[in-house]
Amino acid sequence: MDEIRPFGATERKGETFSYLPLLTPEKIRKQIAYLIAQGWSPAIEHTEPEKAFLNYWYLWKLPFFGEQSIERIMAEIEACKRANSGHMVRLTGFDNYTQSRGTAFIVYRAGR
Amino acid sequence: MAKKTYQAGVKDYQSTYWTPDYIPLDTDLLACFKIVAQEGVPPEEAAAAVAAESSTGTWTTVWTDLLTDLDYYKGRAYRIEPVPGDDTAFYAFIAYPIDLFEEGSVVNVLTSLVGNVFGFKALRSLRLEDIRFPIAYVKTCGGPPNGIQVERDRMNKYGRALLGCTIKPKLGLSAKNYGMAVYECLRGGLDFTKDDENVNSQPFMRWRHRFEFVVEATLKAQAETGERKGHYLNVTASTPEEMYKRAEFAKELGAPIIMHDFFTGGFCANTGLANWCRDNGMLLHIHRAMHAVVDRNPYHGIHFRVLTKCLRLSGGDHMHSGTVVGKLEGDREATLGWIDTMRESFVPENRKRGLFFDQDWGSLPGVLPVASGGIHVWHMPALVNIFGDDSCLQFGGGTLGHPWGNAAGAAANRVAVEACTDARNEGRDVEREGKEVLTEAAQHSPELKIALETWKEIKFEFDTVDKLDI
Repeated sequence: MDEIRPFGATERKGETFSYLPLLTPEKIRKQIAYLIAQGWSPAIEHTEPEKAFLNYWYLWKLPFFGEQSIERIMAEIEACKRANSGHMVRLTGFDNYTQSRGTAFIVYRAGR
Repeated sequence: MAKKTYQAGVKDYQSTYWTPDYIPLDTDLLACFKIVAQEGVPPEEAAAAVAAESSTGTWTTVWTDLLTDLDYYKGRAYRIEPVPGDDTAFYAFIAYPIDLFEEGSVVNVLTSLVGNVFGFKALRSLRLEDIRFPIAYVKTCGGPPNGIQVERDRMNKYGRALLGCTIKPKLGLSAKNYGMAVYECLRGGLDFTKDDENVNSQPFMRWRHRFEFVVEATLKAQAETGERKGHYLNVTASTPEEMYKRAEFAKELGAPIIMHDFFTGGFCANTGLANWCRDNGMLLHIHRAMHAVVDRNPYHGIHFRVLTKCLRLSGGDHMHSGTVVGKLEGDREATLGWIDTMRESFVPENRKRGLFFDQDWGSLPGVLPVASGGIHVWHMPALVNIFGDDSCLQFGGGTLGHPWGNAAGAAANRVAVEACTDARNEGRDVEREGKEVLTEAAQHSPELKIALETWKEIKFEFDTVDKLDI
């Protein structure tokens, strides 16, 4: 308790939820349910880890406008992962009211 | 039209300025004052006096009144209401024609509404409770240089509250040591760090040195974490010229955000700086030092919700809102009222939250409320619940006071905010289940575990001085 634990070298992170353990499929399902309940449009983006800092990642297909099925989104994440080995995969919720993103977080990091 | 004749002397204010049948126009600026009149002064006369003295009137009749159409320009007291639970005071509602005010000038509005009238002898006390700015006037103001959505896009922060920390001690650090404290916070997981309001350019740390070291710290933390980082560089200065010089240098270094103290600096400087930020792609954080001097006394001054509206018109991307749960004053419902006023595009009248009028902001961007002052990880569940995602939660002592240092303190707060956000999204009642949520999260974060142990007993339970009159 009295011992100071050193923080160590800075780790590379990825914005929202990157300070929690990588989300399990069960937790990802719950986040997708929340995202859809907010009225946002789910979208999947992916990129090479070295380009992750940049704003624009590759858009996987198109945003899934009006999609209500959690399993469909899970299947698309899986398909994106399989087709882009070594890439990071991010789930985004487009909010057409604010013309911004309601949320965006990494769902897959290669090698983890 | 020359029906009126000139009669010198003193008239009752109410004969001209008390108009209970008046139906306010959509273009009128409406104000609600809380008045305690001197003994023997009827409420209608006191309300009319306030309307007169804050618009076209003076204590006596003057012949030059007849050279204009005063009925077009005068303010009108149109309604009086009792203050619930208080028989000494009453609310007076006053409508001002829009042409009384220069376009885009909060300075001009305040000079009329809270000018000489506050020293008026016929009143024991006076407080400006709320203003309804007509949309026609809102459209003449620049407002926040960027707004919440643009800030999110620029900083790449989505789906959670932003995290900040004010560097302490407030005064006395050298620039290089100060930069080190910033670096440790940002690499540990915060989005922003902040100059304290009174950090300007003192002998121990001149502004230019601070800017250089802090931007180096910010850029290094950004490169290492792969996340966008910023530090609010305080450009508040003794003159506008000096303020702009500092802002220009911050831009030259590549800083994404600067800050200003809108009340001590003044609305003239603030509006100018907001315009500069809009022209230069810079985010603007606003501190509110001195506000409690005018907004805390329930019978005198200007309510904070009015200052909030004025700031949103003058311009600022962040604004301190109080925390509800921390060390500084702030009733929960009243706070919810003014954070809506900061963020929403339409805010309906809601007396339970102290909002006396509908307020239409049109397309004016929103201001991000900043919760800061005596908060720590145990407050996180309540903060996430009260403020939601569109806010910046700032833990000063709650980051720097971590037994393992700034980076660990930052990581603890970051884990806590993400765990609470995650739990909320999963449908859990984070405020009620706060303890379980944080304890679960601490299982994979030793930094959070120690933070929870350190601040277990700290609470700030004092009664609010300025309560809502309901």
